[in-house]
Amino acid sequence: MTLSERRPALGRPRIDKRPFSTVFRKHWQLYLLMAIPIAWMLIFLYAPMYGVVIAFKNFSVLKGIHGSPWVGFREFERLLGSFQFWNIVRNTVVIAFVRIGFAFPAAIVLALALNEMRWMKLRRAVQTIAFAPHFISTVVMAGMILTFLDPRFGFIGFFFDLLGMETVSLIADPSYFAIIYALSEVWQHMGFAAVIYIAALSAVDVELYDAARIDGASKLQKIRNVDIPGIRATIVILLILEIGSAMTLGFEKVYLLQNPLNLASSEIIATYVYKIGVLNTNYSLGAAVDLFNGVINLALIVSANLLSRRLSEISLW
Amino acid sequence: MVAGTRRIVRSDGAGDRAFDVLNTLLLVTIGLAIVIPVLNVVASSFSSSDHILAGDVTVYPRGFTLLSYERIFRYKLVLSGFLNSLFYVTAGTSLNLVLTVFLAYPLSRKDLRGLAVIGIFVLIPMFFRGGIVPTFLVVNSLGLVNSRWAVILPAGLSIWNTIVARTYFANLPQELTEASEIDGCSDLRFLAQVVLPLSRPILAVLVLWYAIDHWNTYFNALLYLFDESKFPLQLVLARILIINESIIAQAMAGGDIDIRTLMESTEILQTLKFALIVVASVPMMILYPFIQKHFAKGVMIGSIKG
Repeated sequence: MTLSERRPALGRPRIDKRPFSTVFRKHWQLYLLMAIPIAWMLIFLYAPMYGVVIAFKNFSVLKGIHGSPWVGFREFERLLGSFQFWNIVRNTVVIAFVRIGFAFPAAIVLALALNEMRWMKLRRAVQTIAFAPHFISTVVMAGMILTFLDPRFGFIGFFFDLLGMETVSLIADPSYFAIIYALSEVWQHMGFAAVIYIAALSAVDVELYDAARIDGASKLQKIRNVDIPGIRATIVILLILEIGSAMTLGFEKVYLLQNPLNLASSEIIATYVYKIGVLNTNYSLGAAVDLFNGVINLALIVSANLLSRRLSEISLW
Repeated sequence: MVAGTRRIVRSDGAGDRAFDVLNTLLLVTIGLAIVIPVLNVVASSFSSSDHILAGDVTVYPRGFTLLSYERIFRYKLVLSGFLNSLFYVTAGTSLNLVLTVFLAYPLSRKDLRGLAVIGIFVLIPMFFRGGIVPTFLVVNSLGLVNSRWAVILPAGLSIWNTIVARTYFANLPQELTEASEIDGCSDLRFLAQVVLPLSRPILAVLVLWYAIDHWNTYFNALLYLFDESKFPLQLVLARILIINESIIAQAMAGGDIDIRTLMESTEILQTLKFALIVVASVPMMILYPFIQKHFAKGVMIGSIKG
C-alpha cells in the first residue's frame, strides 16, 4: 500500500478520491490550526481589501463604511484632474525604475565578479562585507545618507574638495533625489541580492565550463556564454518580482529623506497617501490613491510575467 | 587530454590576466566603498564634537571621547525606545512564528483536501493589498490605535516567509507522517514532537527574518502610536535624525527661523547622530555571525524550491 502511495501511478495525486468530510474528520486538528492564521488574514489583509470601497464613498468614521454615501468616481476624477497627483505618480515611477536600473545589474555584476575571483580570502571578505549593510535599519541608513551628504560636516565634503568645488547640499536639490536613493540602495542591498545569483552560478553545469575551457574561451567569453545563460532563469524571475513590487516602493526610506526642498521630486504615492489619508484624515481620497496604486502594481506584475513568458518562456505562473 | 591541457595554458592569456587585475580592483573598490562610510560613522561616534563639526574625522576617532554615548543615554526616549524595541521584537516574533507554522505546516501536508483553495486565498494578498488607509481604518475600528498591539498585530504574518516554511515542511520525509498515523499519533502531537524538532534550521531562519524586520521597521509605530513612551527605538531615532534635518534645509532656504540658535542646537544633535546610529545597530552587529550562517540558507530554500 505504501509503495503505491509513494509512487502514484501516472503521476496522479493519491488524495483526490477521498471525500473532504472524511479527511476533515481525520485531520480536524490541522484545519483548526490553519483557522487562526486565516482569521488573521481575513482581518488584516482581506478586510482592508474590502475597505477599499471607501474610495467610491464619501467616507466618515462616524457613519462607517456601510453608512457612508456612494459618490462613484468623484475622488478619482479629482485625482486624475490634479497636476500634483501626476507629479507624484511620475516621482514614484522615476525613483522605482532608476532604483531597478542601478540595483538590479549591480547585484549580477557583483555575483559574476565574486564567482570569477580565485583569491578566496578576498572573495570571502568582500562577500561578508557586502552582505552586511542589508541588515542596517532604514532609519540608520537614512541617517547615514543625510550625515554623509551634509554640506557642512559630511564626508561628501572630501569629494568636493578633491574636485576643487564648493560643497553643495545634494539632498536639498530635487534633481538628485532619485539617484541618491538608487545609489544608497545599491550600497545597502547589492551584496544581499548577489547571494541568489552566486547560488545559481554554483549550480551551473561543470561540463559547460570544461567545454568552454577546451574551446579556449577567455574569461569574458565564458561569462557571456556560460555564466549568464546559466543564471538566465534566475535573472528573469527576479526581474519580474522587482517590477511587480516597483510601485510598493519603500515608504520608510523616502519619507525620511524628504525635506521641503526636494519634495518636488521626492513625494511618492505611499508618502502622499500617508499625509493626505492618515494625517489629514481624508480617508476616501487616500483610499482612492491606494487603489490606483494597487491596480497599477497588479497590472505591472501581470504584464511583466506575460512579457517574460512570451520572450523567454520563463514565468512565475 | 594533453591537447586540452595545452589549451588551458593558452586560454589563460593576457586578456584573462587583465581581467583578473580589473576584477580584483573592482572587488576591492566595492569592499572599501562599503566599509569606509561605516568606519566613518563609528569613528565619528567616538570623536569630540570639535572634530566632527570641523569635518575632519575619517576612519579613526579624533579627540577620543565617550561623551556622545553618555549624552544619548541621558535622553530618556533612547532608553525607553530600546526597551520598547526589545518588547516588539520578542512579542512580534513569537506571534509571527505561531501564525507562520500554523499556516505553513498544514499547507505542506499532501494528505489534506481543500488546500488548493486555501493556497489561492493565501497568495492573493501577495498581488493585491488594500493599502495604507483601509488598513489604518481596520486597526482603528479594532480600537488598537495608540496601543502596543497596533505595532505587533498588523505585522502578524509574512506570506513570503510562510511559503518558504511550507516548502521546508513539504520536503521532510513523508514516511514519518505515515508512521505516525499507523502509531495513532495525533496531528498536533506529531507537529510538536516530530516536525518542529526536525525543523530547527527553518525556525532559526524565520526567527531571524522576523526579528530583524521588527527591529528595523518604524512604519506601524509611526502610523498607530502617539505616546512617545511607546515608541520603538527606530521611531525615536527617525524623529531625532530627520525632523532636525528638514528644519535645517528650510532655514538654509531662507525660512523665518533664527539661524544662529538653530545652528547651535543642530550642531549638538549632529555630534549625537553618530552615537545614535551605532546604538541602533548594535543588536544587528551582535547577530551578524548568526545571520550570515542562517540567512543565506533561507534565501536558498525560498528561491530555488519555492
